Amino acid sequence: MSWEVRKMIDMFGLILILLSIFTIIPAIMAVVMKDLLSCTIALAIMSLILSLYFYLLQAPDVAIAEAGVGACLTTALFIVAIRATERYEGGENED
Amino acid sequence: MSIVVRTIASSIFPMALIFSFYVIMHGHLTPGGGFQGGAIAASAVVMLLAAHGYKRMESKLSMDGLSFVESTGAIIFVVVGLAGLIAGVSFMYNLLVGSPIFGYVPHGANGGYLNSGGILPILNLAVGLKVIAGLSSVVLAMILFTEGEE
Repeated sequence: MSWEVRKMIDMFGLILILLSIFTIIPAIMAVVMKDLLSCTIALAIMSLILSLYFYLLQAPDVAIAEAGVGACLTTALFIVAIRATERYEGGENED
Repeated sequence: MSIVVRTIASSIFPMALIFSFYVIMHGHLTPGGGFQGGAIAASAVVMLLAAHGYKRMESKLSMDGLSFVESTGAIIFVVVGLAGLIAGVSFMYNLLVGSPIFGYVPHGANGGYLNSGGILPILNLAVGLKVIAGLSSVVLAMILFTEGEE
């Protein structure tokens, strides 16, 4: 394997590792945070970066579906659900 | 929402619809297809719902109309599938190969001829209609069911 090819593969692996980290950070934030609206936005960001990941792994079909459904439709669904219930997690249980 | 958000959402909505139509119609050539294009169009509808609110969109977007569009997509899919059976070959047979509608067969790999693929663009269009109506009605049903409890 020539040096150029090896450098390209290393570059690709580095990008994949960075994207993995950027995918995991919003997921952890969505679990930890108490404000459910912020959790929904964190999930949308995670879905967007995940679609970029899918595109780099040669699956553009899945990337389009992920960007359309994960980043837009589930966010809207979660926001509607939060509007009907309560915004903060683990607060006072009045009912 | 505010007038800025409403104006921008209204002006982006046709572009999103045209892009989703492009993704659906190029389903047999490029990445994408019925589900992906339908998801893009449904997210455009959801964007319009979020910007204008349900009260203003109530006259344009009804459950009956959405269920009519969804049933139309399913019926087109089944009829195209059964047409091959009626012609005496097999279910989902590609009847349109060689005909002027989507019937061109290029030599070798398809280099981007839109007028090819036989029944595949029609099936993509049916799936796209079904997905648009289905995903829009999911969000609309969620808004309707949670309307009273703020």
